[in-house]
Amino acid sequence: MIRQEFSRIDPKRRGILDHRKKQFATPAFQNVEYKHRLNFYITPPTADITLEQFEQWAIDRLRVLAELEACSFRNKSPAETAAHMKPILDRYLPLSSSTSGSATLQHERQKDHYSHFILRLAFASTEDLRRRFSRVETMLFRIRFQVDDLRERQAFVETLNLDWEPVGDDERREFAEELRAAGGGYPKRIEDESYFKVDWERVPELVENRRVFLKAGHAYVPGREQLSMVVAEFTGKMDKALELTSRALPRLDEDDRLSPILTHLSQNFTTPDAKYSTTSTSLPGADISARNIDALSASFPLCMQNLHRSLRRDAHLKHYGRLQYTLFLKGIGLNLEECLVFWRSSFSKFTDDVFNKEYRYNVRHAYGDVGGDSNRRGNGCSPFSCQKILTEHPPGPGEAHGCPYRHFSIDNLTNLLQQVGVKDQEVLRGVKEDKEKQKFHLACNRVFEYAHKQEIKKVRDEGTWGAAQLETIVHPNEYFKRSYLLKNLGRNPAVENGGDVKMEG
Amino acid sequence: MPHSAPEISLTDGLDIVIDHDIDCDGAPDAVGALSEPTHENTLDHDMITEDTEDTQEKQVEGAVKVEAKPEVKLEDLFADVESDEEFPSSNHQNIKISSSPEAPSSPAQAGGDARASDNDVMRSFYQRLFPWRYLFQWLNHSPTPSTDFGHREFAFTLQNDAYLRYQSFPTAETLRKDVLRLMPSRFEIGPVYTTNPRDRKTLRKSSAFKPLAKELCFDIDLTDYDDIRTCCDKANICIKCWQFITMAIKVIDIALRDDFGFKHIVWIYSGRRGAHAWVCDKKARQMDDQKRRAIAGYLEVIKGGAQGGKKVNVKRPLHSHVARSLDILKTHFQSDILQDQDPWETDEKFDRLLELLPDRSLNDALRKKWSSAPGRASTSKWADIDVLAKSGASKNLDSKALLEAKQDILLEYTYPRLDIEVSKHLNHLLKSPFVVHPRTGRVCVPINPMKLGEFDPLDVPTVTDLLQEIDEWTAPEDDNGEKTVQDWEKTRLKPYVEYFKSFVQALMKDEKPVKVKRERDENVAGAMEF
Repeated sequence: MIRQEFSRIDPKRRGILDHRKKQFATPAFQNVEYKHRLNFYITPPTADITLEQFEQWAIDRLRVLAELEACSFRNKSPAETAAHMKPILDRYLPLSSSTSGSATLQHERQKDHYSHFILRLAFASTEDLRRRFSRVETMLFRIRFQVDDLRERQAFVETLNLDWEPVGDDERREFAEELRAAGGGYPKRIEDESYFKVDWERVPELVENRRVFLKAGHAYVPGREQLSMVVAEFTGKMDKALELTSRALPRLDEDDRLSPILTHLSQNFTTPDAKYSTTSTSLPGADISARNIDALSASFPLCMQNLHRSLRRDAHLKHYGRLQYTLFLKGIGLNLEECLVFWRSSFSKFTDDVFNKEYRYNVRHAYGDVGGDSNRRGNGCSPFSCQKILTEHPPGPGEAHGCPYRHFSIDNLTNLLQQVGVKDQEVLRGVKEDKEKQKFHLACNRVFEYAHKQEIKKVRDEGTWGAAQLETIVHPNEYFKRSYLLKNLGRNPAVENGGDVKMEG
Repeated sequence: MPHSAPEISLTDGLDIVIDHDIDCDGAPDAVGALSEPTHENTLDHDMITEDTEDTQEKQVEGAVKVEAKPEVKLEDLFADVESDEEFPSSNHQNIKISSSPEAPSSPAQAGGDARASDNDVMRSFYQRLFPWRYLFQWLNHSPTPSTDFGHREFAFTLQNDAYLRYQSFPTAETLRKDVLRLMPSRFEIGPVYTTNPRDRKTLRKSSAFKPLAKELCFDIDLTDYDDIRTCCDKANICIKCWQFITMAIKVIDIALRDDFGFKHIVWIYSGRRGAHAWVCDKKARQMDDQKRRAIAGYLEVIKGGAQGGKKVNVKRPLHSHVARSLDILKTHFQSDILQDQDPWETDEKFDRLLELLPDRSLNDALRKKWSSAPGRASTSKWADIDVLAKSGASKNLDSKALLEAKQDILLEYTYPRLDIEVSKHLNHLLKSPFVVHPRTGRVCVPINPMKLGEFDPLDVPTVTDLLQEIDEWTAPEDDNGEKTVQDWEKTRLKPYVEYFKSFVQALMKDEKPVKVKRERDENVAGAMEF
């Protein structure tokens, strides 16, 4: 690109600068002055920084982002996340408001600006990293936008030049009722709020939740929803920029100063559920076979017990139920042949022919036995984590997958718990409270602790299990593994030891 | 729906069918494809029947063959090649043939108990009835072939249930030929890709092969209503439960038009127990997954699985979309649900209703009343709620909460239940319009939303009906043979094809590139004046 511009210089002026001088002259970039606390990160940084700064700033930002991601995995509400993040932000990535008169104002903003672009380089390489980076950066932007000073925020938004068409008084009065209904009864008097009319595609988030009035493809966005529009704009721009960055990345290949730092950075940004791997869960000595699943199911978490019960009741499961259950079974160490035997015998109402045609393929696909190159190489999908089960594909009519703590009504949940033997009123009450607070992990762990009360006490007292082995469960397979090991503590010392060694590793 | 199943290679049984193409030594391919089915079939009958059909049927076919042979004249074979019609008509200049007793009857009759999946029936259908031209124009958005069609994925389900993905065709004629070669029991339509789907493996980077555009689709299936429909279950339907689909179409159609501003929406009967919507506006086709998800979320009101308890949780005051839907659904609720479905007839069933009502003492009063009158109709039970509420069965009754609960119940029993995954993803495949449902033999015809009330799924013609209708058709008296009558015009498929045609034409009209006014010329003219 630079070369192109060079060649476009007016031919009459071409000779003024000696090309040797031109080549080594420092490019005269305008020094960026940060007028606003918030930044859309449109212009890349141009000034020099030291390598130490480069690394330090990036690590600081990474800490913030990793923490943010952890919050979303723990299902924290936006308010909780903001509260949790505040000290971390103040420590690693402070940003003062323009009115604070802080001496380090420009420095803080520069660090924010530069660290963003460094991480952009580090996380542009793969689709997965890009998506995660864009997600957490959006979260960060949203938090900052919300706490920003009202006037400064307005000034910032105005600089963005978003073309929003204001809704006139007449139109506003005409649709007063619809507008108020879309706002959940807000505002009391329609005159209290100003509205913008934009193409609905620019506010998909609001449309999805029916929080705007739609007419002929236009969304009528109330002024207070500005946040989600600005955020959508931010995400959109960043996704595009990340895409461009990834294409430019190969040019960095030759560089031996930055590349190692960048690789290192991106490797440290791992998801919690990526920690789970099938090899670490193998349970030596355990009889994991199709005919033994019924017995093993006592150690399954509630989601899987529910699937198992539905399967036994109906002799059928719908697609996502099968997927969730198959992957879980794969995760506990059931091999493909046994898994096929299991499904074949479970779908007792179907003929061999129907089973082979309709279901066999999907089971094999889940094991990576068939399918595209990447599927086979990766041995199929990995077993679903709680995070995935909680957030993706909520069950529809007639479907049994998902997380009972989240997707069941409280009555049905209590019922199911009682059926699997959780009868203690206090535990049930606790689960109900957890559910109301949307702490589904807590509910599940509460039930786990109740079901393994004695065993947990024993390993605690004896000190055979460290704290790390008793931390919150965030994966159904982890639930099974721990449950199985605890249940078989006395019976099979070999298993216990084997499991212990594995866990330390 | 095998949307996620990757390719499966052709299996043995198929090779015979493929071979026939090569074995048709003398006759050029085009002739084979365009000529009368019975004539052309003579060649490959032996091959297919030898392998799959029982001998008795073979004999019947053999008899037809003998009768049919004398009819093959060279000019007959080539008569159709000259006209560029995609819809071969049984030669109108020789109408006698179709009425004379020794006429080559369509395989529907020849086979006697012919099933829809029979090769000959399907071949005749694809050759004589399937509206290839309009399908092509629909996906291509202009009469001249473009990448909109050429890079579009088709997926075939073959008769041995093998599933062939990533097929693509430059023109309608090549698609038609391949369909006739492979005789899929049905085929599905996927997205338009960045490059030709057939070339995807030759690309340097696999990431360069991406879906670009596809119609926004909706899938409504009556099996999703199994917990509230009482008349039928599983794959069975009747006109009573079809009303669920009718309601769904009304609600979704108006939302897509009024709220999102889409214009080109076509509803297709899925051949058995549901309907598909294809939103074909350019803007809809180009939406990414996030936007599709947004629309799906906007339209989704019924949430939660079998154990989810209350399925409708809408905010108050009601969003204009929900309020409008409620208005539309009210009358249906009275007639189609309370009367026809009678969902709370028995004791176990009305418990479900009571679960959804908020006031405990009112519930007790209702339970008492209903238990003493077993079999009381749902209409009366529904009315009882208000009667007892007014009579003061509960002292501290929250009438607002009751009203809202009643609205929620109404929605739960009437609001469309969408198979939302179909709508959310750009690269989801959906069965093509006008293919034949392999089980029922019914053609997936478009449903005209203007005449929604008249649509009866059990009245939709099956492929064997249609073939028979061609044979039974006689030219009107005043016909002087000037105008070619196409085969589909002789059947009950006619109104459906005509509706689809008008839909496609309206779509093409909107897609036509706007002619740029020659401003320069005007300017020049203006300049000349000075």
